[in-house]
Amino acid sequence: MSQDLLKLSAAQAVSAIQAGDVSASELYDFYRRRASADEFNSYLSVDSDSTIAPAGGELAGVPIAIKDLFCMEGVETRAASKILNGYVPPYDSTVVAKLRAAGASFIGKTNMDEFAMGSSNENSAFGAVRNPWDPTRVPGGSSGGSAAAVAAGTAPWATGTDTGGSIRQPAALCGLVGLKPTYGAVSRFGMIAFASSLDQAGPITRDVADAALMLKHIHGKDASDSTSIGLPEDVVAPSAENLNGLKFGIPAPLDWGGVQTVVKAVFDASCKRIEAAGGEIVELPLPHADYALSAYYIIAPAEASANLARMDGVRFGQRADVSGGLTEMYETTRGEGFGPEVKRRIMLGTYALSSGYYDAYYGQAQKVRTKIVEDFKAAYETCDFIITPTSPSVAFGLGEKTDDPLQMYLSDYFTVPISLAGVPAISLPAGLATSDGSAVAEPGTEGALPVGLQIAAPHFAENKLLDAAHVFERETDFADGPWTWGS
Amino acid sequence: MFYKVVALVLIGVWVGGRTLCAVISGEDVAYVARLARLRLTEDEQAQMTRDLSSVLGYVEHMDELSLEDVQPTARVVDLVNELRPDEVKPGLTKDQALANAPEVADGGFAVPAAGS
Amino acid sequence: MSDATQYEPVIGLEIHIQLATNTKMFCGCRLEFGAEPNTLTCPVCLGHPGTLPVPNEQAVKFAIATGLALGCSIAPRSMFHRKNYFYPDLPKGYQISQFDIPICANGELSGVRIHRAHMEEDAAKNIHVGESGRIHGAGRTVVDYNRGGTPLVEIVTEPDIHSGAQAREWLQLLRATIKRLGVSDVNMEEGSLRCDANISIRPVGQKELGVKSELKNMNSFRFIERGIDAEIARQTALLNAGEKVEQETLHFDPSSGSLTSLRSKEEAHDYRYFPEPDLVPVAPSSELIDEIRASLPELPLQKAERYENDLGISAETSKFLAFNAEMGAYFEAVLAAAGDGADNKRIGDWVVGELVARIGADADPAESKVEPAAMARLVSLVGEKAVTNAGAKTVLDKLVESGGDPDAIVEAEGLAAMGDSDELAGIVDAALEANPKAVEDMKSGNMKAIGAVIGFVMKQTQGRADGGEVTKIVREKLGL
Ligand SMILES: [Mg+2]
Ligand SMILES: [Zn+2]
Repeated sequence: MSQDLLKLSAAQAVSAIQAGDVSASELYDFYRRRASADEFNSYLSVDSDSTIAPAGGELAGVPIAIKDLFCMEGVETRAASKILNGYVPPYDSTVVAKLRAAGASFIGKTNMDEFAMGSSNENSAFGAVRNPWDPTRVPGGSSGGSAAAVAAGTAPWATGTDTGGSIRQPAALCGLVGLKPTYGAVSRFGMIAFASSLDQAGPITRDVADAALMLKHIHGKDASDSTSIGLPEDVVAPSAENLNGLKFGIPAPLDWGGVQTVVKAVFDASCKRIEAAGGEIVELPLPHADYALSAYYIIAPAEASANLARMDGVRFGQRADVSGGLTEMYETTRGEGFGPEVKRRIMLGTYALSSGYYDAYYGQAQKVRTKIVEDFKAAYETCDFIITPTSPSVAFGLGEKTDDPLQMYLSDYFTVPISLAGVPAISLPAGLATSDGSAVAEPGTEGALPVGLQIAAPHFAENKLLDAAHVFERETDFADGPWTWGS
Repeated sequence: MFYKVVALVLIGVWVGGRTLCAVISGEDVAYVARLARLRLTEDEQAQMTRDLSSVLGYVEHMDELSLEDVQPTARVVDLVNELRPDEVKPGLTKDQALANAPEVADGGFAVPAAGS
Repeated sequence: MSDATQYEPVIGLEIHIQLATNTKMFCGCRLEFGAEPNTLTCPVCLGHPGTLPVPNEQAVKFAIATGLALGCSIAPRSMFHRKNYFYPDLPKGYQISQFDIPICANGELSGVRIHRAHMEEDAAKNIHVGESGRIHGAGRTVVDYNRGGTPLVEIVTEPDIHSGAQAREWLQLLRATIKRLGVSDVNMEEGSLRCDANISIRPVGQKELGVKSELKNMNSFRFIERGIDAEIARQTALLNAGEKVEQETLHFDPSSGSLTSLRSKEEAHDYRYFPEPDLVPVAPSSELIDEIRASLPELPLQKAERYENDLGISAETSKFLAFNAEMGAYFEAVLAAAGDGADNKRIGDWVVGELVARIGADADPAESKVEPAAMARLVSLVGEKAVTNAGAKTVLDKLVESGGDPDAIVEAEGLAAMGDSDELAGIVDAALEANPKAVEDMKSGNMKAIGAVIGFVMKQTQGRADGGEVTKIVREKLGL
């Protein structure tokens, strides 16, 4: 029975509960036990909110893991930062409230890079998360705990958040589906802000149908978020049979010098599969995408530097023990409370906004964003989707890039232009690499590592995107995740 | 050239070369840390100076673009006038408000007095 | 520089006005002055992680109304920015304000140009406790977030004011204008109107501005005038002594009349303004602006014109009444009580001349014991000559002291005017007899000498005689 429960996707679990094959509390207990025994440091807390939703809702009480960036009433929420030690929100984030209202239960809060800043989940104040495919490697970040939990089968599905790739990149590195919706599709209320103009919540799931199911329940205009719009139409379960008549654009000219060979090989194979399913591959120019990473690493830290100013030891969280005055209290609380990467970004953002530097850095970056938005608009006049690898490499070793922030930032190279354009994108399993990353591996190969494909669509074209991803998923022979290996 | 920079930067030597170009002084770092109310140890400050130089050196290539007449984009959503009616909503009780406070005195959030 | 150098003071004002909305600028918390600390908060106005601001529609409308009343143009698309600095009364570590595109700009009110008027949120209240109880003292600061997030309009004038007295008079007009709009309580004691002044001086004829100082948070009109004058004097003395004015922020202590330099909130003023990504632009439609414009009430400047032109009240009295919100409201109430055909000019003179002399220019007459109906009745008694001017002043003294009905007071105190009675004629005869020298003088053409005669009559009648009537009788009797 246990293995049967483990094999159910979230959507299948909903059906099983509704059919009376399994009870919501049975499923909840099953996952709670698994999450409590988690070996990958995926969770910051398990079962802190033990109310099992009554089985009447559309999600039938199926449990979900929540990234620690989402506030949950009565449940300690820290964004994996020491500075929020002891913070118990008096309110629910909109995403949590909507999932609750739809009948989801909550397994626990997942680990993440502190304040969602990172691409490896090594920046958590509570220890790095390990990749269930290979525990010596990173799961990606910043939603690394959510990805590891789903990959290891300690949760059927999880929420993530994506600012520059934080859903898509860990999904790719953990062999999962990760969807970053159109900016504004999902309310940001109650999601601890990293970069307000880029942050979006989304699902990390085993398959495309689950991603659609979660999106259906979390999207929507929210009176508590002025920048939310919702999606113009209901999210429906993907059902397309083929990719006939659809054009997939590859940004050109491509220079593969910085991308792992195996990632290119998997990408090439993916293009062939798209063609085999009826899709057409075209080349398209994105002339300013080359500058996206630079713009991103100014805009996001600038917004973050202000968003994190409220972490000041006055109203909530951890305050340093100081005998001095107010300034000393602020400086010590923040100096001790934030980890190195968060400090780095606060410094970078503060510098970019400071008097005399604003125009050269922040102002220029905002103009680059304008050009990128224009590029994408033009691109979607000639194609339906834009495709790239999700990450330039497979999961790298723990500690491999921690000494060089710039190297780490480059992991976001493919995901960041999409974030700046605000369009939706999905990462889905596209193939496997051998453990040394040198060659494509067959499903079942010992130590194989997943490689992801990123598909981006125009604003608010989520249904279309999910349909295309669904076809691609069906055409791809990909091993299930580690959740099927163990028990 | 979408991926050219990935290619170049993954060659570490090149990154090292760029790192040396960018200029941000220890003084700049100290000033910014003060603005951001961040205490940095001496080691952290030295490391921060190197890290910021490296990243700022990298982003400098945005200067290649002449964007004088381009309007900046602060957000990609095309919305205006998202306002709320002037209606009272229930808030927190005093106890709820103070529940998370590190220090409470006289029914308020206590902090060390400014300036001492 | 010689002592003879003449300096021209140049003053610009920054006024913060709390809007009288039901709820805060960016959350649904109720606004109430004087509530128990920290009972009017929510996760948004406490700056909890994850919370987002949503602007109050009524606050936006009030800001537009304020701009229109000040002759400003309304931006078709204005933005919010973040102003970053750390202080415990600022829960998010930044204030949401407007920066490069304020909602209102380029206005003018009574000769003072309005540079801009923008929307922002108020800070919370720091209560400084500890040994000295002052900002610089040791101990703790306790924060009450009830006020935090109150909607504000910040009005910034051009440096068009040149004296403390002018600043005071103009601020009174501004306050009356805002009060009449109904968008704020504009109560300086409760802090719903707060004023800072930027002050510099320059040699007369020079175009460039001198170094300015900023005078913070003066909480009454009188202190504003005195504070500005004190700062002008200080700067003048500095320049005359060959020294320089430093750019600094000052606090005026009204009890000692002294100015002290304040430590700034953030030693380096590097606010790192950038567009608030949590909010979208405010883009009022021209229909909305027209609608608000059409609903504006008669404003003090228009009111002053009407008093002068339609009621025949002197320009100065008209301004005094119209620019002083409480006085103007009281005057209107007296006019209403007096009804049609009343002598409006006389009412104006009595309110501004006599009542103000008794209760003070800063007092609210509505809070005095003189009911508007009583004031109307008293002025009408004067007009009917049922009581003399002097008698009426005595009645007003009594009204101010303990209120009541003018007719009853006249009756009780025996102040009814004598009018054209035989009794008065008899007293005039006695007065002429007692002042032969004055009679001689008048006969030889010096009518000024009548003063002595009138004085005698007034003394005899205890002020119940009308001076004009006495003069008339004297002229008849002496055949002049
Ligand atoms: Mg202001
Ligand atoms: Zn509130």
